[in-house]
Amino acid sequence: MSHANGSLDRREFLKRGVAGATGLVVGFYLPGRNDVFGAGDAPEVINAWIQISPDDEITIIESQSEMGQGVATSYPMMIAEELECDWKKIRVEFAPAATAYFNPAFRMQGTGGSQSIRQGWVPMRRAGATAREMLIRAAAEKWGVDKAECHAENGMVAHAASKRRASYGSLADAAAKLPPPTDVKLKDPSEFKIIGKPTKRLDTPDKISGQTVFGIDVRRPGMLHAAVARCPVFSGKVASFDATKAKAVPGVKDVVQISSGVAVVAENTWSAMQGRRALEVKWDEGELASVSSDSIWKLYAEQMEKPGVAARKDGDAAAALASAAQKIEAVYQAPFEAHATMEPMNCTADVRPDGVEVWVPTQFQTSTQAIAAQIAGVKPDKALVHTTYLGGGFGRRGLTDFVADACEVSKAMKAPVQVTWSREDDMQHDHYRPCSYARLAAGLDANGNPVAWTTRIACDSVFSWFFPGSVQNGLDPASVEGIADLPYAVPNVLVDYHLMTPGIPTGFWRSVGASQNGFFRESFVDELAVAAKKDPYEFRRALLAKSARHIGVLDLAAQKAGWSKPLPPGIFRGIAIVQSFDTYVAQVAEISVEKGRVKVHRIVCALDCGQVINPAIVEQQAMGGIVFGLTQTLKGAITIDRGRVQQSNFNDYDMLRMKESPKIEVYIVSSKEPPTGMGEPGVPPVAPVVCNAVFAATGKRIRKLPIRAEDLA
Amino acid sequence: MAISFTLNGKPTSVDVEPRMPLLWVLRDTLNLTGTKFGCGIAQCGACTVHINGTAARSCIAPISSVAGKSVTTIEGLSPDHTHAVQQAWMELDVPQCGYCQSGQIIAAASLLAKTPNPTDEQIDAAMTNICRCGTYQQIRKAIHRAAQLHHGSLAARNEASPVESDAVAGGAE
Repeated sequence: MSHANGSLDRREFLKRGVAGATGLVVGFYLPGRNDVFGAGDAPEVINAWIQISPDDEITIIESQSEMGQGVATSYPMMIAEELECDWKKIRVEFAPAATAYFNPAFRMQGTGGSQSIRQGWVPMRRAGATAREMLIRAAAEKWGVDKAECHAENGMVAHAASKRRASYGSLADAAAKLPPPTDVKLKDPSEFKIIGKPTKRLDTPDKISGQTVFGIDVRRPGMLHAAVARCPVFSGKVASFDATKAKAVPGVKDVVQISSGVAVVAENTWSAMQGRRALEVKWDEGELASVSSDSIWKLYAEQMEKPGVAARKDGDAAAALASAAQKIEAVYQAPFEAHATMEPMNCTADVRPDGVEVWVPTQFQTSTQAIAAQIAGVKPDKALVHTTYLGGGFGRRGLTDFVADACEVSKAMKAPVQVTWSREDDMQHDHYRPCSYARLAAGLDANGNPVAWTTRIACDSVFSWFFPGSVQNGLDPASVEGIADLPYAVPNVLVDYHLMTPGIPTGFWRSVGASQNGFFRESFVDELAVAAKKDPYEFRRALLAKSARHIGVLDLAAQKAGWSKPLPPGIFRGIAIVQSFDTYVAQVAEISVEKGRVKVHRIVCALDCGQVINPAIVEQQAMGGIVFGLTQTLKGAITIDRGRVQQSNFNDYDMLRMKESPKIEVYIVSSKEPPTGMGEPGVPPVAPVVCNAVFAATGKRIRKLPIRAEDLA
Repeated sequence: MAISFTLNGKPTSVDVEPRMPLLWVLRDTLNLTGTKFGCGIAQCGACTVHINGTAARSCIAPISSVAGKSVTTIEGLSPDHTHAVQQAWMELDVPQCGYCQSGQIIAAASLLAKTPNPTDEQIDAAMTNICRCGTYQQIRKAIHRAAQLHHGSLAARNEASPVESDAVAGGAE
């Protein structure tokens, strides 16, 4: 599967492909979606391609980035379902950057927001069906029979009456010359042979043998390696530098200043890193040098006394709160978090007078192409983006800072250059999940039913960092998601928001706003259940009675966890439910608290993501999301002091490890609803489900992540 | 000065700075990129290789420290990727992004070579590598499965050739 190190020239491939010279190539269409980011209609866009070679090899051009979520298996599954090809003959290549591959959710080429499956659901199957019909027609014409008498199976077209058969490869050239049909019929789900079945990932063989090419593994002829010294303070700039000692390090070739700092260029990565260590730089630290986590929290807390921009307003929450029989109020906080992909940020660039090529683990090809072209001083069509496998993404690889580094150094050196960030660079120069501060209040009537719910949130705007100008009315959707969409039956609701700009870079982090708002909301619902003296499962269930999909996952999780059954001594339960990205997830956690530490023993997860493409990958993503959520709940926070990140590596910003990893059970609700996504929705219920169990165990309510020993005492 | 060692069963010699970590010699000097850089301070285990049959973190091992020793990387664990651990990883489809998996597989192979039938507690103690994708449960299952496969292949080998009964599932080592 790997397109290792330039074995395929993508431009050449597309040229050949479009000309049809090597077999059948099928493009297909996604309807443009115009409700995201800015005005104007998107044209109908071609999204991906199937190529069938004369030797029967099927190449799927994958428009989505593979960062572990399995899309380089699930897209081919959707295509193969309709194509009726031999699954074993499928290989995958990643698409070049081109408008043809735009994701309509973003109106650019990119992977994120748990969007891939839902966006590809119809077009991928249609592409497979279109190609199949063209192959059938080519065979029918060749044999002089009615195409209605022919059918396709397992990579062959067959004519039963004459017992003739022809392989797709032998028909591909003729099929490519036919006009694509526009009225293909897609299978009824009852006919699915691949979709919905646990299917082995196509990328596993290379991943267990060290052959997968991640960005950091790209090797180009004459390639140099670079490490970049950046100001530890986010607002900092280079005042001056002395390269004498850096240049004295064996293997160091040169030292060049770029926008993000000073790059040390060397024969190998280690020499570059050693050279950077020897480099002397004086920084002008800029205006953020006085910012700290404490100053940010103080500023956020001050916002709680004044109304923000309304994100949701049902009824009159203030009046209902004032007249409620019982009023509950709490302040919740979630800190900055780093993405900490296992593969540190990196990019390889070759800036030449005639254009630029980049080899990069990116989630956003369009912005990658734009920045590469801009730095190289060429038009975007002269910027070729080779997407490698991604050693994790979680939102971090939607940015282009590492692309700019490589392009600038390559331009200066007039040579191919790979820039590799150290782990310290990666952790201290991330775009973090923003810290958020929220005050929640609710009123219960005499029967313990909620009559009012208010939430005031102070949080940085991720959308403003990512898409400048996209937040027009002071309302950042990411800051309030997971809470503005409160699903519980409460007649009076007010959610309002203060857009904060503390200057610390923030970004999309697996499950985005729901990662903190799910914690706030589901912990607070638990507080309400306690105040109402009701069982937290039954309390939620009553308030979700009108939403069958919520009830579906909530009941399934409770049932599989044995919610009503007694637990062994010392083990305690919690429950939580969060829908995010239109996927419904309920979890039950079993924990114990020993010596000031929370041990999570078991997490039962029930989910409804609509039609499932590959249940094995859905399960993987749920498990992965839970582990990601446990790291947020039990491990570190990114904190700021004098404008710089205090953590630097896994020694002080650790990840969940094997010994801390609980038994995880995943149950999927069978559904015929259109598919949604599973990359992110496993994360949001985790923090509240564990903290609710901690309350059951200790009577201590955790209102600030991560859980610390002193919170349990 | 040239430093000589055995790499994946073959005599190898490199002329690099003696302080250069084995990780970077593998990746940049020898272009064996299956071994990964994750943290540089022996915290994450993405760089795990076998040095004389034992799992070690190559990011902090100066190349001079492996002179005369035998190093096995993911590329050399087995000639055709059929080491019991790799087979089990295939069966259970363990990897997600896959970046940490070379190190996980190498660490698991080392564990099984010394502890052919590990308990969950032994797996917890031996498998300290970070997986940000959260594949731990699958890794645990796959190690138990590899232990079964290993016993199966050992039993078959014992029948064929009792002399090799002390061989471990160590591939090229």
